[in-house]
Amino acid sequence: MTGLFNPAAGVLVIPAVTALVLAVMPGYRAAAWINVVGAFLTFASALALLVWQPAHLGRLLRVDDLNIVFLILNALVGFTTSVFSRGYIAHELEIGRLKLAHLRFYHAMYQVLMGAMNLALLTSVTGLMWVAIEIATLTTILMVGIYRTHEALEAAWKYFILGSVGIALALFGTILVYSVAQPVVGNGLPAMTWTTMTENAARFDPTILNIAFVFILLGYGTKAGLVPLHSWLPDAHAEGPTPISAVLSGLLLNVAIYAILRFKMVMAANPATIAPGPLMIALGLASVVFAALMLYRRRDIKRFFAYSSIEHMGIIAFAFGVGGPLANFAGLLHMAMHSLTKSGIFFTIGHITRIKGTQKVADLSGLTSSHPTLGWILVASVVAIAGLPPFGVFTSEFLVVSSAFGRHPLLVVILVIGLLLSLGALFLRLNSVAFGEPRGAMGPDRMSALPLLFHLGLVLSVGLFIPGPVVSWFRHVAALLG
Amino acid sequence: MSPFDVSHFLAGGLVLLSFMLLYQDRLPPLINLYALQSLALSLEVAQQAQTQGAPRLLVTAGIALVFKAVVIPLVLHRLIRHLRIHRTVETVVGIGPTMLGGMALVGLSMALMMRATSTIDIVAREDMAFALSVVLLGLLMMVTRRNAVSQVVGFMSIENGLILSATGAKGMPFVVETSVAFSILVAFIVIGIFLFRIRERFDTVDVAVLDRFRGERP
Repeated sequence: MTGLFNPAAGVLVIPAVTALVLAVMPGYRAAAWINVVGAFLTFASALALLVWQPAHLGRLLRVDDLNIVFLILNALVGFTTSVFSRGYIAHELEIGRLKLAHLRFYHAMYQVLMGAMNLALLTSVTGLMWVAIEIATLTTILMVGIYRTHEALEAAWKYFILGSVGIALALFGTILVYSVAQPVVGNGLPAMTWTTMTENAARFDPTILNIAFVFILLGYGTKAGLVPLHSWLPDAHAEGPTPISAVLSGLLLNVAIYAILRFKMVMAANPATIAPGPLMIALGLASVVFAALMLYRRRDIKRFFAYSSIEHMGIIAFAFGVGGPLANFAGLLHMAMHSLTKSGIFFTIGHITRIKGTQKVADLSGLTSSHPTLGWILVASVVAIAGLPPFGVFTSEFLVVSSAFGRHPLLVVILVIGLLLSLGALFLRLNSVAFGEPRGAMGPDRMSALPLLFHLGLVLSVGLFIPGPVVSWFRHVAALLG
Repeated sequence: MSPFDVSHFLAGGLVLLSFMLLYQDRLPPLINLYALQSLALSLEVAQQAQTQGAPRLLVTAGIALVFKAVVIPLVLHRLIRHLRIHRTVETVVGIGPTMLGGMALVGLSMALMMRATSTIDIVAREDMAFALSVVLLGLLMMVTRRNAVSQVVGFMSIENGLILSATGAKGMPFVVETSVAFSILVAFIVIGIFLFRIRERFDTVDVAVLDRFRGERP
């Protein structure tokens, strides 16, 4: 490791150091700023990885074309969320929902979470990835329960139990994969490293590799909120602080999908295994249809959008299950678009609940006339997440549908029915929240709308025009996924 | 007995204890059975440490012995007395069907793992088959129980199965680290139940009652 600064180490060390500093910082104003600065530096080092990748990273880390996409996305949303969190947290402190001691804990945990997710993305070893995802899960559990209300503790407990079962299943899958790799590759680390595993996968025992993949899919699928293992997700989103909802939906679900993709690449390198596609398609379609139906009965706005996240994870699982360069491209694009749009929506909801003091849909009404900026941002974001043009989600959903149509026309019909159902639910709710007679508290919105507009702008610009280099980059990665 | 027989005996004992956990409807014996299973696990891991020539595994065996066979059961016993649920008899729904389901799961894991064509050596595969049985039986237990403490015992027996599989996979890195990480996770869970009670958030640790509060308040 020559040079003064190694960006790959930066995305791990900066969050760790910031977390340590924040753990001992007394005042919350300075702490919130340090949180923003730490997240920004992490983002800067992730960007630096684009132009300069150190040749030697040791045996545990590896930067390649697949993980750098997620790494940059992770660091970007982590940074904008920290900006949003600064305003949000100040208000929570004002109204006494959070205490100062909790805040110190909150900020430190935020950085630990970012660092753990970066480690999960950056590591080249299956075991270390598992440990990183476990750390990320534990920190989010602690943050979901931070309000210490009955509901928050219950949500955290449920998340804890289901998350632990998921994590246990994923570990069993990881151990099984090692046990099939070990006779071929030899003892120790190489049998847990992505590159050596993919190279030698053709000689692995296919039966046990199949079983291992089922465990991996169910285990990490629990973390990604795929039906039928989704039931922790709506509670965790609704009861935790809104910045955490944004990070959960936008980033942690993506990390879980990324883990599944890595194992799918190993599976794809062995022709004798069952195709992982049908399994992922089945889970994906179940998630889309189930979530679309559940959307109609939600009365809590954060819970409502949590179900929408389950739906989008289903679309992503479906896309990767279909496979092939085009569908993989669509899946990757959809991951990026969903993560930007959904975290933006949670920011907007944070602003709204701050003004109105409630999360109940019935008490929110007429936002476009009482708070025009916020109201119209919400309208645009919901149009975006519903998958309508001109936003980026439309592009990716259109690609998913068109790429799958040639091969599985019947399945695409089910997918489209699910998409239309959720579109109906989204507009039904949007109509009552954004339009009509304004109701409830009318206080001014004192938080900066900049993060919201930034996310919306990015999604809009991708919908209008994707730059050539980005397309070729995504194409290259899609080809890698097989 | 040859080393193979000993390891066979111990790993089979783990599966048998999982079956006993499945039908035990009183909490104190349930916790004792878990302690016994952890003891069997620690002996098995120590045995593997010797046959594989991997002294690092002795750390894992030590953790299983001290933490899981002694400390956690003692804490749980204290906890259930504190919560006054040590005398209650939990209604385990349909012991007959549950046992049949458990047998089917063990049969399934044997059928999957013991395929004759495999390239992996027979001892490792047998350990994997036992471990998979323990994991699946633990999952079955978590699904069929409603009491939070017995669900946690189910989860911890899943974890015993995981440690068994990790030691069975020859030369796997991070086994010790993983067992430490899991012990921390288990400690968190136990502290969680404890805290919930101390803060008197819930009047009961029956998960069915917790569900009453779930989401969707009108």
